[in-house]
Amino acid sequence: MLSAPSASVLLPLLPPDASAHGPALDHQLLLCLWIILALASLAHILIFLGLILRRSGSPRDPWAIEYLPLGALALLFTALAIHSEHLWADSRYTGASLEAMQIEVTGMQFAWYFRYPGLDATFGSTRPQLASAPEGNPIGIDPADPHSTDDFVTSELVLPAGHEIDLTLRAQDVIHGFSVPELRLKQNAIPGETIHIHFTATKPGTYAILCTQLCGMGHYRMNANLRVLPDDEFENWIEAKEKAAHR
Amino acid sequence: MSPTPRPSSPLSAANPPLFSLLSTDHRTIGRLYLGLALFAVTVGTLLSLVMRIHLLWPAWAFPLYGPILPEDYLALVTLHGTLMLFFVLTTAPQAGFGNLILPAQIGSRHMAFPRLNAASFWITALALLVLLASPFVPGGSAISGWTAYPPLSAVASAGPGQAMGMDLWLTSIAFFAVASTISSVNILVTIARMRCEGMTWNRLPLTVWAWFTAALLSIIAFSVLLAALLLLFCDRHSGTNFFLPAGDLVNGMLHQSGDGSPLLWLHLFWFFGHPEVYIAILPGMGLTSMVLANFSHRRVFGYRLMIGTTLLIGLLGIFLWGHHMFVAGLNPFASTAFSITTIAIALPASAKVLSWIATIWRARPQRTSAMLFSLGFVSLFITGGLTGPILAQPILDEYLHNTFFVVAHFHLIMAMAGVFGLFSATYYWFPLLSATARHRGCLLSERLGRWHFWLTLVGAYATFLPMHLTGLAGEPRHYAQLTGIPNAAGRMLASTLPLNLHITGSAILLACAQLLFLANLVLSLRRRTPAPSNPWHATTLEWHPALHPFASHDASERITVFRAPCDYRMSDSGETFFLTQWNYEATPDVKPE
Repeated sequence: MLSAPSASVLLPLLPPDASAHGPALDHQLLLCLWIILALASLAHILIFLGLILRRSGSPRDPWAIEYLPLGALALLFTALAIHSEHLWADSRYTGASLEAMQIEVTGMQFAWYFRYPGLDATFGSTRPQLASAPEGNPIGIDPADPHSTDDFVTSELVLPAGHEIDLTLRAQDVIHGFSVPELRLKQNAIPGETIHIHFTATKPGTYAILCTQLCGMGHYRMNANLRVLPDDEFENWIEAKEKAAHR
Repeated sequence: MSPTPRPSSPLSAANPPLFSLLSTDHRTIGRLYLGLALFAVTVGTLLSLVMRIHLLWPAWAFPLYGPILPEDYLALVTLHGTLMLFFVLTTAPQAGFGNLILPAQIGSRHMAFPRLNAASFWITALALLVLLASPFVPGGSAISGWTAYPPLSAVASAGPGQAMGMDLWLTSIAFFAVASTISSVNILVTIARMRCEGMTWNRLPLTVWAWFTAALLSIIAFSVLLAALLLLFCDRHSGTNFFLPAGDLVNGMLHQSGDGSPLLWLHLFWFFGHPEVYIAILPGMGLTSMVLANFSHRRVFGYRLMIGTTLLIGLLGIFLWGHHMFVAGLNPFASTAFSITTIAIALPASAKVLSWIATIWRARPQRTSAMLFSLGFVSLFITGGLTGPILAQPILDEYLHNTFFVVAHFHLIMAMAGVFGLFSATYYWFPLLSATARHRGCLLSERLGRWHFWLTLVGAYATFLPMHLTGLAGEPRHYAQLTGIPNAAGRMLASTLPLNLHITGSAILLACAQLLFLANLVLSLRRRTPAPSNPWHATTLEWHPALHPFASHDASERITVFRAPCDYRMSDSGETFFLTQWNYEATPDVKPE
């Protein structure tokens, strides 16, 4: 297997990574890219040599030509798959830890909204009948639910660095694709379903949140900013927001 | 095109037209399918160029149309994908060349059901007509892509084009599914029942095995698609809720009841959609095997293994639709299962590549245009195929899904490899494609063919290789523009502009290179220099003198097969011979060069 330094030659092809699980993903991706680059080059060299070398009798030995190379490829792909499925299992087979911060993401044509549960750490219920962006309630929070009084909704996602986040993904109208390339995150939001993903952002900065599932005419401009803040700055931000929401 | 008037054209009088609209003759139907595909690929290519230009200069007003709006861009995406996938890559290799060549290759003079065959063509033509009418209805064409995910495709208020345009799309594809199913039944029955004496399953050319496997897949896949289309149609017009959950609020319209799930559509669609890409590419694989062997004057290396891998690819192809849904809400455990079946298909595919390389290894093959395009097929199949095991890993899909990396992958492995297969077939079988009862048919110009090949190969790689890079940099699919976008996303997208400029330029070169092909078609058909009856020293039955369209009056001769295809041998004195499937005696193999 290739070591990290040789794999990293291709690293500038990817946007900088700002998540805890990202480096392992990047390493697997770049390793795979190196391997396929080598295999594609080898195959093309063989084709080229086969075409220009002097004619000889047809090759005969199926073991040398088919079965051994296939066995080697099978081993290679198995090794890659096992490693890859481990990474996938780490990221998706279990839910977030109980301490993870809860945030809800709602996708709608053509905006992302982010809801924080407020001091009670519980999201109030929503009803689509109440949803109205002009009235300041784009996701239809039900004011009759006591849990919703301290909920607040933003149009940018603000996160503390180094804390695990448990995102609840919802879609109001059609399927949307929640994607943060710099956090190596992607998950569709589906109407009628709630889907969870969990992750930890590591590096403070401002990153792009895109929509990566064709959702209608404004698909290309459906995006939002993700601001990852150092702990203390995040505390100040969320306190100000919670205070404003409580009032 | 305006034909130059030719006074008293004795040629055209002596040659009845290649097309006769009401014919039930399999060759005529094959030519009609190919004509339809040529028309569809021309429209689809022009649409893609408009998309590429719009992506870079979104404000530019197209002559006679005006500026392209974001919804127009999505309509272009949808039409491009639908035309290319269904009306080019499904019809041309399977129904087009299948009809033209398949019966003769198994020693038959007909398809099993000539009238059904004609019906399936006309239903396909109707489907195309309905699709092409959709831009002209209120709201324009559908904008939900060729995959038509609900609720975007299920609710008319979801966007312009999602009302009548979407209905027309559904109708068109439903017609297409019916036609493909009929056509596949015809192909299967023809192969099973119409083989001539001596044509055992082991002796079937690999092209026939590919058509057979693709037809099996078609029946399974298109029937499920048809069901899904009908369910979606009911959701739109009959108040059912297969794909719609209660509380879905689309553009002010609230959906009150039901507990359907959009994910059901994804399962049904991709159960069709993934086998579909094998339907598109399998005939190309079969043809490539036969063409490489023909011009290498060798047997295909591991012939029985090739038959096995064709069937295995077909079989595995049914069990990996979930890899389109890794980040779409599929159970993560299911993702692992689908990931393993997907990576597994790399093995039969690699076995094919190894066989192809072994077949041409130190064979000094004749580098005809047909051979070059088959070699190009192998190259594109390798380059495009190797990114498959990357995209088959759910954890990597978490980054790459719906980026241009995926666009690059399927354009190389399916679109470009598929088209190279079609070009190889056209150069190889042109004498049979252009032959009539009164004319032997002609060859395409090899000189133009070589230029066409090299420019197309360079154009294809120059267009689609850099898309891997913009995808790795994060560029998503289906974005109507990359400039003038607010927030951090704007910065990220703008960083891909230089490469995108290069891609658009290459795409224009790639499209222009096809003018050489069109010129070659026109010039060769005008010149009509008669081709030899077996110009490539092929061993398969489509070149049998009594099965040649030129000799169709001689329908009484019994066709018998004596051996497997691609039998090339060398005498002790070093002369090579080829043994056709229909002849006892060997024919000396003198290279035309």
